Amino acid sequence: MALNSLGREIPESYAGRKLVPYGDPYSITPSGKVAARRLRRVNPGASKLLSSLREAIEASGLKDGMTIATHHSLRNGDFLLNRLVAEIAGMGIRGIWIASSSVHPVHAEIIPHIKSGVIAGFHCGVNGLIGEMASRGELSCPIVVRTHGGRARAIMEGSVQVDVAFIAAPCCDEYGNMNGYSGPSACGSLGYAQTDALHAACVVAVTDNLVPFPVVPVSIPQTLVDYVVTVDRLGDPAKIVSTTTRITTDPVGLQIASFASQVIEASGLLKDGFSFQTGSGGISLAVSDKVRGAMHRGNIKGSFGCGGITGYFVEMLEEGLFGALMDVQCFDQEAVKSIARNRAHQEIGADMYANPFNAGAVVNRLDCVILGATEVDTSFNVNVNTESNGYLLHNTGGHSDTAAGAKLSIIVAPSIRGRLPIVRDRVTTVTTPGETIGVVVTERGIAVNDRHPELKEELIRRKLPVKEIGELQREICRVTGTPRPLQFEDQVVAVIEYRDGSIIDAVRRVKE
Amino acid sequence: MADYKLRRSLLYVPGNMPSMLQNIPIFNCDSVIIDLEDAVPLSEKDAARHLVKRFLMQYTDRNKELLVRINPLDTRWGYEDLKVVLPAMPDGIRLPKADTPEIVERLDTLLTEFEEELEVEIGRFGILPSLESALGVINAVGIARSSQRIFALAFGAEDYTASMEIERSRGGEELFNARTRVLWAAKANGIQALDTIFADVGDMEGLRAETELAKRLGYTGKCLVNPRQIEVVHEVFAPKQHEVDYALQVIEAIKRARQLGTGVISLGGKMVDAPVVKRAARVLRTAYAHGMVDTLIDEEAIHGAQ
Repeated sequence: MALNSLGREIPESYAGRKLVPYGDPYSITPSGKVAARRLRRVNPGASKLLSSLREAIEASGLKDGMTIATHHSLRNGDFLLNRLVAEIAGMGIRGIWIASSSVHPVHAEIIPHIKSGVIAGFHCGVNGLIGEMASRGELSCPIVVRTHGGRARAIMEGSVQVDVAFIAAPCCDEYGNMNGYSGPSACGSLGYAQTDALHAACVVAVTDNLVPFPVVPVSIPQTLVDYVVTVDRLGDPAKIVSTTTRITTDPVGLQIASFASQVIEASGLLKDGFSFQTGSGGISLAVSDKVRGAMHRGNIKGSFGCGGITGYFVEMLEEGLFGALMDVQCFDQEAVKSIARNRAHQEIGADMYANPFNAGAVVNRLDCVILGATEVDTSFNVNVNTESNGYLLHNTGGHSDTAAGAKLSIIVAPSIRGRLPIVRDRVTTVTTPGETIGVVVTERGIAVNDRHPELKEELIRRKLPVKEIGELQREICRVTGTPRPLQFEDQVVAVIEYRDGSIIDAVRRVKE
Repeated sequence: MADYKLRRSLLYVPGNMPSMLQNIPIFNCDSVIIDLEDAVPLSEKDAARHLVKRFLMQYTDRNKELLVRINPLDTRWGYEDLKVVLPAMPDGIRLPKADTPEIVERLDTLLTEFEEELEVEIGRFGILPSLESALGVINAVGIARSSQRIFALAFGAEDYTASMEIERSRGGEELFNARTRVLWAAKANGIQALDTIFADVGDMEGLRAETELAKRLGYTGKCLVNPRQIEVVHEVFAPKQHEVDYALQVIEAIKRARQLGTGVISLGGKMVDAPVVKRAARVLRTAYAHGMVDTLIDEEAIHGAQ
C-alpha cells in the first residue's frame, strides 16, 4: 500500500498492473508515442458486410482474454453490449475485458456472464447494479474507473489495448461510413466511439439502419472500419435520448441555481467570449436559464457551449449567445436534431474533448463548468462515484476533466441528501481533487476555495452567503447530525483512475 | 412607529412539515410565517406546535423575522399554540380573523401575560392582524389602533372573498375597496400594509401584475405561498436605478441645507423638504436590502442632528 498526495491508500498493483499514486493534477508528462495498430488493405470489390453479430465476432478474431469496447451514446437504451456478451458466451470465449466508454444499469443483464468467467473485468466505470454487487463482494472482477478524457488517453497511449471495437452506428453504409444523426437509434454525436475507431485493432460497425453509400456527413469514416453488420435494433429509442429535462421547480434547487449564477456573474468570466458547460440535471438547467438571461441583458456573445449537449444549449446557440457547440454526446432529441442541421454544432471526439495527453483539449478552453457531487469534503475533494452506503454506483464521466480544464469549476448540490450532509470531513471516494474545484454552492451557503481569493471577496461584497467550508459543514450537521462512518474491508473492488493515469482512490468492499 | 423593518416578502411555511421547516434559514424572504392554522390538519394541531417550538429553539442564527400564525383565539387550539410556541421566541404572532379591535386586545393581553411569565421585555412579541372578512375590513381603522404591538396590517383576500360570497378574479377588481381601506388604516397609523397571497404558483406573470398593483396602491410587502415567488416580489419592490440616484441626490442636498441652517433646499428646481427626504430614505433602505447601495442610511441624515 502507498498513500497518494490526498492521503488515500492505493495498492501497489491492481489486476496485474503496477499503479502510480496520484500526485497533482498537472505534472505528469507523457513519454513515448501514440499506440499504433497494423496497416490494412481492402481491395476494390471486397465486401465488408457480414450477416450476423456472431459472424462479425468470428471475423474479428476475438479470442480468450481479449478486450472489447462499445460506446455509451445509446445510454440506458443500449442493446448492443448485452447481445455481444451473450453471443461471445455462446461461442465459448472467456476472460473478456470490457473497455466501453461506460456501462449502464441496462447492462445488468451481463452479470451472469461475469460470474461464469466470460467477462474478466472492466477497463471502465460502471453505473448501477454491477458496481453495487462488486462493492458487496458478490462479483469478483477488477474495475478501473476512468474519466472520459482518461479513457481516450489510456487507449491512445496503449495502456488499454482494444482488440475489437463494436461501434453502434445509427446511420451507416455498407463500406462503414457512419454518423449518429438519423435512423431509429439516432443518438447525435458519436464522440466516444471516435477514439475506438482510430485505435482498436479491429473495428466493427453495427447498425440497424443500413443506407446507400455514402453516408454524409461522415462522423467516422470507412477508412477505419473493417466490417459492417446489421442487427434488428441497436436500442430502445425512448431510453437513448431522454425527452428534454425540465428546469427544476424545487425551491431548494432554484435557490442553489440562483447562487451559482450569481457566482458566475461575480467571477468576471461572463463577458464576450464566455465558454460554459453544464450537465442535464434540473439544477444545471436552472443555472443555464439564469446565465442565459444575464447574457441577454448584458448583450454578451459567448464563445462555445460544451459537453453533453441539451436542447437548452441548442436554443442558446440559435439565439446567438454562443458561436458554437462542442458536442461529445447529445442528451436529448433537440440536440440530435441540431447536430444534424447546424454547422456550428460541432461533433468532437473524447480525445479532443478532454484527453490531458494531446496538444490541448477543449476543456482547457472552458471558462466555467457546473458539476454535481454526491459528497464534498472540507478540502473540496469531490465524490461522484460512490453513494453514502459506500457502493460504487456511478461513473466519473467528464467530471475531473472539466474541473481540471475550466478556469472556474462550480459544484452545485443540495446541502442535505437522503438525510445526510453533503459536506464531510473526508469523502468516501475521491473522484475529483479539491485543487481543481473552485466553489461549492449549496442552498445554505457558498464555500470558495482559497485558490480564488478575489472571487471570494467579490461574493462577500455582493452580500452572497459566503461561508468557510467547515462552517457550512457544521451548519448542515446541526440539522442532520453527524453520520456514523462507513466500515470497509481491505479488499479493493475498483480503482479510480485520475485523467492522467495516476490512481486517485481505491473503492473497497463494504463491511456488511 | 416601530423601527423601520423591510417586509417585502412574508413566506408561509406549514408548521407540520419538518422538511420545509428546516429550509426556512435558506430562503431570502424578509419574514416567514409559520402556519399552525389552515395548513395544519386537525389531527396534527398538537404535533405541529411542538415541532415548531423545537425548530425555533434550534434555529439560533436567526436571519429573518419569524412570525407564527396561530389558530384563532376562539378555537380550542389558539391559546395552546401561544403557550407552546412563545417560549421559543418568535418575533410575533399573525392573528387570523382579526375582525374587531377587541380580538386583538385580547391577544395583546395574553402576550403581556406570557412576557411577564417568560421574563422578557413587554412588547417583545409583535402582532400582525389579518383583515380577512367584511367585518375586519370595516373595522380596519380601529384594529390598527388597538395595540402598540401592531407593526403592520395584512389583508387576506381568500377568506375575504369567501365572506363576501364572491369569487376572486385574476385582475382583482373586486378587492379594490378592501385593499384601499386596509391601506388607509395602516398609513393613518404609521404602520405597514401587507398584501394578500397569490395562490397560483405557476403564474409568475399574474403574480408580478398583482404585486405591481399592490405596490402602486401603497402596499410595501406581500404574503407568499411558495419560495419561488420571492424573486418576482423582490424585483417588483426593488427601487429603479434612477429612483436610487435621485434619492442619493436628495440626501446630499438636505445635508447641504442643514449646513446652511435650513430644512428646505432646491434640487434641480424642485423643493426638497422633510417628506421628500423621508421618501428618499425609504428608497435607500430598500436599495440597501437589494445590494444597490453599499451603506445603510443613518437616522441623522434623515432627521438632522438633535
